[in-house]
Amino acid sequence: MMRKVIIYILLIISAFLITFPVLYAVSASFMTTQEINRGALLPSSISFDNYVRAFTSVPLFHFLMNSFIVAFGVMVAQLIICSLAAYAIVFIPFKGAKVMFFLFVSTLLIPWEAAFLTNYITILDFGWVDTYTGLMVPFFATAFGIFLMRQQFMTLPNELWESAQMEGCTHFRFFLSFAMPLSKPILSALGIFAFLTTWNMYLWPLLLTNNDDVRTVQIGLKMMISAETGTNWNVVMAGVVMVLLPTLILLVLGLNHLKRGLTQGALKG
Amino acid sequence: MTDQVAAKQLMDPASRDKEKRKKARKNFWTAMLFMLPAIAIIGFFLFYPMFKTLYFSFFVVNSRGDTISFAGLSNYLYLWESSTFRTSMKATFLFALYTVPTTILVSLFLAVITNEKVRGIPFFRVAFSSTLGVSVAAGATIWLILLHPSVGVFNNLLAGIGFDRIGWLTSSTWALISVSITTIWMNLGFNFIILLGGLQNISEELYESARVDGAGYWTQLFKITIPLLSPTLFFVSVVTIINSFQSFGQVDILTGGGPNNSTNLIVYSIYREAFESGFFGTASAQAMILFALVLILTIIQFKFVEKKVHYQ
Repeated sequence: MMRKVIIYILLIISAFLITFPVLYAVSASFMTTQEINRGALLPSSISFDNYVRAFTSVPLFHFLMNSFIVAFGVMVAQLIICSLAAYAIVFIPFKGAKVMFFLFVSTLLIPWEAAFLTNYITILDFGWVDTYTGLMVPFFATAFGIFLMRQQFMTLPNELWESAQMEGCTHFRFFLSFAMPLSKPILSALGIFAFLTTWNMYLWPLLLTNNDDVRTVQIGLKMMISAETGTNWNVVMAGVVMVLLPTLILLVLGLNHLKRGLTQGALKG
Repeated sequence: MTDQVAAKQLMDPASRDKEKRKKARKNFWTAMLFMLPAIAIIGFFLFYPMFKTLYFSFFVVNSRGDTISFAGLSNYLYLWESSTFRTSMKATFLFALYTVPTTILVSLFLAVITNEKVRGIPFFRVAFSSTLGVSVAAGATIWLILLHPSVGVFNNLLAGIGFDRIGWLTSSTWALISVSITTIWMNLGFNFIILLGGLQNISEELYESARVDGAGYWTQLFKITIPLLSPTLFFVSVVTIINSFQSFGQVDILTGGGPNNSTNLIVYSIYREAFESGFFGTASAQAMILFALVLILTIIQFKFVEKKVHYQ
């Protein structure tokens, strides 16, 4: 009994400390400027004025759409491309499968932040600055995704492929109608993870978007800070809440999927 | 007659061999077709840039990626002598020191208390993993106001209990600590999820038999939980260190590398060298140093830590 009480106390204190910054952001997004300057913790009344201002001071809706397009595109491409590669490694017996897998996984050691300079030059040469293509294509395949899908495909019984092959099923057909549908839980984990990480990306869109056309919402936030700082923290916080909302909802809905997927990737190496 | 039989016996394995080789060749090309998109993307946007960056680091390069002249090792020598770069390296290591152990300890603590069987646990699990859904930009913006000198919650709290206000982001003693606190908070969600998954993989029977033997809470924690969790802890520590060396967004939003370069972490330093000063050559040399650091750290961890890791 005593132990339960202690655990609850620890849980509640920790939950308060960890969620405090986000809760404060939500609260501040409803405050007036005076309330923020006074250091209030809760707004005296609820009004959506700050949200209206957030959407008019910068093209916030447009930025949100851009982020959505980019994150969704990367997610779909990663699911397909990583699964295809992992399928070949697991189900198609060919010389060099091990080498290929090793090469893919070894890219986990290459930090993207050490490669972004040259990639920027490449995108510049392609004329892909300020385009969705430039924002998305470099992230269409990741070592993590290939690794995760390989772990998943290895759990599928090989007899399944053997009997399908007897009936004249090609690899592509088997991939589409057996391997993929049987891997739905891991696919959703990878999908959620890809969407989250792309939505949250900062350095790459900062370099690649010189105007509002394809600018993502993360860079939009930076614009808001420089446009509103000093006086209108409440408007900036309304912007922050709009940026957080989609990913927090996705996280709450997909947490169990995500945990299973990430744990599988982490532990079964 | 006997010759014919012998010939047939010889022929058969040969044609079977041929058949096999044909199938192997077909498999090889099918596999390549399946892997082609992944090879193209990863080759072009990860392998190729590493070699190109290495190449750039020996040249004077302008901001359009044109090599102006061969520079030999002078980019590296320049960095060796640059006090700005030395400050940046020092900040990068201090930042790793501040963030990595704390993040792991706190998320381990959170995972252990949410692995208990009490009511309401799903709610706490969502709360503790929530920072995984917080982007660098949004997280840093929230902390920018929390740490604000006059309206920030932290300084209001300090003033309320009679202390002096602190220039969290403007004093060179505090700025790196403030960026570290922000980073630790942002990384908790990911580490918590992984560690919780690791904890749940430990079989319940082990605890039951330990309880039969009369082992208390702490004995179970240090004799069962921590040793069996060590592969996960190992993974988490590798990822967290690598992440800390790649931090960028929080610096850009919170401090812009200042004051006095005290938060000029290596990726930010690369960014400034390339996109503010326009020196892609020296920026590439810095990127190679970052690459080498990540590589060496990962190898060291695999060599020394993995030996002590306990696999189930």
